[in-house]
Amino acid sequence: MIGQGMRAYFDHCATTPVAEEVLAAMTAAFREDFGNPSSVHAFGQAARRRLEDARRRVAEVLGVGPAEIVFTSGGTEADNLAVLGVVRSDPRPRKHVVTTSIEHPAVLESCAQLEREGVAVSRVPPDSRGVVDPEAIRRALRPETALITVMHVNNELGTVQPIAQIARLAREAGVLLHSDGVQAAGKIPLNLAELGVDLYSLSAHKIYGPKGAGALYVRADVAVGRILFGGHHERDRRPGTENVPGAVGLAAALELACRDLPAESARLGALRDRLEEAAAARLAPLRVNGAGAPRVPHVSNLCFEGVDGEALLIALDLAGFAVSGGAACSSGAAEPSHVLTAIGLSREQARASLRFSLGRLNTPEQVERLIEVLEQSVARLRTRAAASRHV
Amino acid sequence: MSERVRVAVAMSGGVDSSTAAALLVEQGLDVVGLTMQLWNQRRLPELSPPRTAGRCCSLEDVYDARRVAERLGIPYYVVNFEDRFEQQVVRPFIREYLEGRTPIPCTLCNSHLKFDVLLELARSLGAEAVATGHYARIRPDPVSGRRLLLRASQPSRDQSYFLFGLSQEQLAHALFPLGGLSKEEVRAAARRLGLPVAEKADSQEICFVPGGDYAAFIEAYFREQGLPSPAVPGAIVSSDGRLLGEHSGVHRFTVGQRRGLGVAAGAPLYVLATDPAGGRVIVGRDHELLRDRLTADRVNWIALEAPAGPLRAQVKIRHKHEAAAATLYPGEDPSVVEVRFDEPQRAVTPGQAAVFYDGEVVLGGGWIR
Repeated sequence: MIGQGMRAYFDHCATTPVAEEVLAAMTAAFREDFGNPSSVHAFGQAARRRLEDARRRVAEVLGVGPAEIVFTSGGTEADNLAVLGVVRSDPRPRKHVVTTSIEHPAVLESCAQLEREGVAVSRVPPDSRGVVDPEAIRRALRPETALITVMHVNNELGTVQPIAQIARLAREAGVLLHSDGVQAAGKIPLNLAELGVDLYSLSAHKIYGPKGAGALYVRADVAVGRILFGGHHERDRRPGTENVPGAVGLAAALELACRDLPAESARLGALRDRLEEAAAARLAPLRVNGAGAPRVPHVSNLCFEGVDGEALLIALDLAGFAVSGGAACSSGAAEPSHVLTAIGLSREQARASLRFSLGRLNTPEQVERLIEVLEQSVARLRTRAAASRHV
Repeated sequence: MSERVRVAVAMSGGVDSSTAAALLVEQGLDVVGLTMQLWNQRRLPELSPPRTAGRCCSLEDVYDARRVAERLGIPYYVVNFEDRFEQQVVRPFIREYLEGRTPIPCTLCNSHLKFDVLLELARSLGAEAVATGHYARIRPDPVSGRRLLLRASQPSRDQSYFLFGLSQEQLAHALFPLGGLSKEEVRAAARRLGLPVAEKADSQEICFVPGGDYAAFIEAYFREQGLPSPAVPGAIVSSDGRLLGEHSGVHRFTVGQRRGLGVAAGAPLYVLATDPAGGRVIVGRDHELLRDRLTADRVNWIALEAPAGPLRAQVKIRHKHEAAAATLYPGEDPSVVEVRFDEPQRAVTPGQAAVFYDGEVVLGGGWIR
């Protein structure tokens, strides 16, 4: 068996380990100020101070005001709150939402729920690189459009969507814009006020923070109805006793990610380029999904033509390399990714694709070993696939 | 990398496959657990309440398999074979019923999934074999050099009937660790090894058909596919052609069936045959179900390459049938065999398998015409 220490983690888009600095900040919050921020007494006040300090720091990193930050249980809740909260509180009888066909399920399923409630939904497809055309968004708008929701960075391809342009056209049209920034925050330079979005989702665990902590930015004059009931927390927008250590962890993780961003982007971009160059040279026929699009530096989605991606993923794991397939159903089995089929890949090609997402844990040596193991595994799978076709 | 022999175990989350995995781990093999995701339980939601355990690919069973793998400390993966399963098992299953036969999906799954794509996946991961929790044994025959398939040591658990379709190549890469054990011994081993599924009830039904109501499954599948309902009413007639009543679709009947005919008669009536083209169900008395011969086609020979002439054997015509003495008459093409029983057998059912035994050795088997 391969020891945990010899394993290499190439799945940083799925989640990340909590950074020491984050853990230290959270531990202090757990230990020192356990009070309920809503309590009147000194314990409550101390916890409240920590919570509001975290809020201030998150807002500062994002270039917005503290009152515009709503802490949530994570990215999924932030997306649900944005989509359901905005559209349901729009008073018009007929309503419409514009989104894309490559969103995270947290947005897609929220839109599907609105559809069941009688709201019309347009899903704009991306181009073959995995980028949505702002003009296509504009064309999808209707007089009754209540919300545009477009992710900032696609979680499978790493492609960056033209949010600033979409924000301009949304403003011109007088339509609110939400963006799921779970894969963008801490990975690309960010100033939400400049970006021009009205709502923006964040998650802590993608950036070396804790699971179960996230936030939704809601521009000051935007009304968001509640989706949870039971209290007046978070300015009446999100009931439930605040997860103070989680908020502290999110703030610490966000600050850390932004501090390290220039250096880490350059380092991971070089590793990613090395992986893609070696793969193209040694694993042909190979396709880089999302190639030619603006991409975050740490994600590579590769299609190994003629290979069963599920088998390759397992072979890599048995050899000690953790990567990810497109999507997983509830049992954990792979399903053809809706993102890869949306950019025009066949079911076969989608099944032959794997996502490699790099992060702090990765070294150049790991990338070299990964390339070697990939070369062996892909060759073996292609040989066997060819042999079984001829039987 | 490890020097130990690697094997994959097809883990369903039940006690049998879990114990098979545990015994192989105990033997020191490098075991990888694999669960096949075969059917999306969100499909055909009208059939049953969700979250029923013991159904194919229910989340509970995957959860159990995962817990067993954790307990054993082995790598474990769920692999998606839904497309293959639908093409190779579900659709043929439906087609057979609509054509008046009674299919055995488990055999198709063994031949086309477990010992085909799953074995292929296992081999590509460096595994020598796929192990399952089947009660059957494999033994090399030093004389012929062939791989023999044998009944389980405990006859009441024997599942060799479902494995007759395996080729020599498939048998060379199959492992049945439970073949020499009784069910009690398997449960005892599961308890001894601390498996969390040691007391789990056995599953009985066809895994993808909740509650065993295959007719409702077929009708729901047709609705899902946007096809006209196969539940076309027709006549129930006696073997001499008298109209006795009406039925609501020939696919709801199988040879030997007594219940659900809704026909009042002096003595019990049984389905003798279905006639899908004429939309008729033919019924008769118990003795009319007796047949002294059958033809099996698509025969797979295991213990021998092909028989040179007639052969004495014991033939099993359904899983719960006691193998009956017969003579096998192979045709020009050895994949078609006429079986002549010494004594007539009740309810020879088209679509079921006729499996030929010589004592505990499976000679081969085919599909009843």
